Amino acid sequence: MTDTYTRLVSKGVGRDVAKKLGLPQPALLRRYQPGQPLVNGPLLVVGSSEGADAIAAALLAWDLDVRRHAVPQEKLGGIVLVLDDLEKPGDLEEPVLRAAPSLRDLAPNGRVVTVSRVPDGGTPAAAAARQGVDGLLRSLAKELRAGATGNGILLAAGVSATAPGALGALRFFLSARSAFVDGQFVRVGSSDGKLPDDVDTPLSGKVAVVTGAARGIGAAIARTLHRDGATVVAVDIPAAGDHLAEVANEVRGTALQLDISRDDAGARIIDHAVGRHGRLDIVVHNAGITRDKLLVNMDHSRWSSVIDVNIAAQLRINDALLASEHFRSSPRIVSVASTSGIAGNRGQTNYAASKGGVMGMVRATAPLLARHGGSINAVAPGFIETEMTARIPFATREIARRLNSLQQGGRPQDVAEAIAFLASDAAGGISGEVLRVCGQNMVGA
Amino acid sequence: MSIDGQSVNGPEEPAVSRAASSAQAVHRAVVVGGNRIPFARTGGAYTKSSNQDMLTAALDGLIARFGLQDERIGEVAAGAVLKHSRDFNLTREAVLGSALSAETPAYDLQQACATGLETVLGLANKIKLGQIESAIAGGVDSASDAPIAVSEGLREVLLDLSRAKTLPQRLQILARLRPKDLAPDAPNTGEPRTGLSMGEHQALTTAQWKITREAQDELAYNSHRNLAAAYDTGFFDDLLTPYRGLTRDSNLRADTSLDKLASLKPVFGRNLGAEATMTAGNSTPLTDGASTVLLASEEWADQHDLPKLATILDGEAAAVDFVHGKDGLLMAPAFAVPRLLARNGLTLDDIDYFEIHEAFAGTVLSTLAAWEDEEFGRTRLGLDGAFGKVDRSRLNVNGSSLAAGHPFAATGGRIVASLAKMLHEKGAADGRPALGLISICAAGGQGVVALLEAH
Repeated sequence: MTDTYTRLVSKGVGRDVAKKLGLPQPALLRRYQPGQPLVNGPLLVVGSSEGADAIAAALLAWDLDVRRHAVPQEKLGGIVLVLDDLEKPGDLEEPVLRAAPSLRDLAPNGRVVTVSRVPDGGTPAAAAARQGVDGLLRSLAKELRAGATGNGILLAAGVSATAPGALGALRFFLSARSAFVDGQFVRVGSSDGKLPDDVDTPLSGKVAVVTGAARGIGAAIARTLHRDGATVVAVDIPAAGDHLAEVANEVRGTALQLDISRDDAGARIIDHAVGRHGRLDIVVHNAGITRDKLLVNMDHSRWSSVIDVNIAAQLRINDALLASEHFRSSPRIVSVASTSGIAGNRGQTNYAASKGGVMGMVRATAPLLARHGGSINAVAPGFIETEMTARIPFATREIARRLNSLQQGGRPQDVAEAIAFLASDAAGGISGEVLRVCGQNMVGA
Repeated sequence: MSIDGQSVNGPEEPAVSRAASSAQAVHRAVVVGGNRIPFARTGGAYTKSSNQDMLTAALDGLIARFGLQDERIGEVAAGAVLKHSRDFNLTREAVLGSALSAETPAYDLQQACATGLETVLGLANKIKLGQIESAIAGGVDSASDAPIAVSEGLREVLLDLSRAKTLPQRLQILARLRPKDLAPDAPNTGEPRTGLSMGEHQALTTAQWKITREAQDELAYNSHRNLAAAYDTGFFDDLLTPYRGLTRDSNLRADTSLDKLASLKPVFGRNLGAEATMTAGNSTPLTDGASTVLLASEEWADQHDLPKLATILDGEAAAVDFVHGKDGLLMAPAFAVPRLLARNGLTLDDIDYFEIHEAFAGTVLSTLAAWEDEEFGRTRLGLDGAFGKVDRSRLNVNGSSLAAGHPFAATGGRIVASLAKMLHEKGAADGRPALGLISICAAGGQGVVALLEAH
């Protein structure tokens, strides 16, 4: 799935030519394989707070090579910048400038992760410092090269730097699972959640439903959840049943041919999961359609079908899930939104409305799931290399896929990895959030 | 009881529990569910698909639906009517190409159009006897990818050539070849003993039972209408997996009308003297497709958290002497059903759903007419009068072969899976076990029928 250009400029003559001409030089991103080392080298933990010490200790407990002070010339797998004790903007300088020279030593596909506090609730000076991390991190992410990424963890008041959600997010951001997540923050709102017993199978024992699983991103989600240990119920419309059966057989799960816009879709999903597999832990709302048209030319059927499938159906299914006694043991819902719903996209007023709707739904549903230890989040993919985006005209596609910090399109697996993380027990303290998987797309913040 | 006819011997006392009274039943054999691919008119979407391709696709859809990957099924049985000689192990090869465990045994079976239903009955009997716990029955046929044989003359020459030892011997053998020997021998649906096609045979029967054109067209119309409605309500969502771009049976004409059907020219029975009534609209076209049914003991279904839709209660086969014209070629079910129901202490009135395979509309209507005929009942079935009347509102309620098409060996599996689902739904709605009857006629004057009960 790596595009030809990226392959061409990643080595040999192609690399030299691209360099001389000043052409974009997207890196070959390191993707997750079970059993691979978490990072490509030692980790430098910068910061002097209790949280920094606790994070360093946690990383050591994961058998990682941890430095509290940079060793000159040593290649680093990543830098963890712990800024959870900022009181005023001036507090930023010392840790940030101490970490700065080490950026030169960052290995290809290296990682920078900031850990700081959510801005709201503190003094104006503290809020300014904390909000400053936002601009700092997003800018730094744009400066990183060679497949390196920068992402941040925001701790809510009372949440420690080593809360399960914080450590879960830290592992995700450091790992190759977050290859196409760049310049993003995840907010850990509570100390809920639980780190996995086996980091290679964090979804072991879980039963997960994936809608739209017959192809593309949905099929990748099914494969990834299965790889992480879940039993997968693959759902798609009856007309896609042949591809669905292939996916279900590949992931050793079951196929449920179901139009999610049916009124009884939620009940049928619950019946199938509980009847066949004894439980239901995770629902991934991935199914979605596009019916693009400029608003001036929009008609009823294009508008209503997109709204119904992409958001109304999810709301109906969630109602059934929330009412079900079978969805009460730390349940997880993850919805696929889109950067179109954040930044807008010409010709996609209907689609963007539906995907904006998904983000609103996620935020408002989070408190309803909290009482059962549940969480609901959305993942917003940017430009992902799929059959759908392969149909975009060449020039448009080439611009779209280069317009991000990693200068390439993501893979369906990249979206799936983010979803698998949010579906895991570790992500219990993260809810109502939208995580972008877009390589830090230049448009839409 | 008639000496001349095929007398019906019922038990003295009606059985208390039908499932328990089934011969030697130790276990129940239940239908868990089924899967088929849409049926395609010959020369259509599946022109390039072999029997093995289609059967494997139907199996893989079933495996996906019920999570049977790597499962060692007790036994898989399927078959095809039109079969290449290379496909001697068709079912086993399909199993090996599927997601099932490679340690799943399989065998082929062939009983003309009754192949599919007979695989269900044979495997259900093994489950009842406790020989196996799970089974997949099925069938497949392709009239598009039909085997074509060399002529008998060429075949003999080729075989003799392979045995010849010297060049002169070989030349001598080759000299026997005549141009006509080079013409291929394509399969046909003609009866070897009469030379008549199935359609011409049915035309005789249709005329004998005085079945009108209107009645046949109406049956065909209902078949299309019922099948289209079943698709629209999502009835097939868990019975069918699309294949090669088809999501519905390609023969289905949801927009057909009695007027359209009435406008078609007769194709069979045009030289019988009487008015010809059988058209392409009220006869089933050649079709490609495959179907599968998952059968299990109750225990196996429970252990695997799988549904139990219906119990296979009993089955019966019959055959008629059509060669000497005593009965119509496709009239064997008219004898099999009375015997089956009598053995189970039932009458037609006890049946909630009738699934009578629509080889031709005339076949179904001739069978119903025979059952309603006092003379037939007395002289041929050995009863006191007519066997009985089928409530037409219970007949082929989700359509049948006239609309869906009829890939010979795949029809049995189509009907068993659909009927099991219908019975299960009706049983759940009515709070009593609904009963269903399947009747399938077959070439060679044979027929196989079966009785299912909602679980």
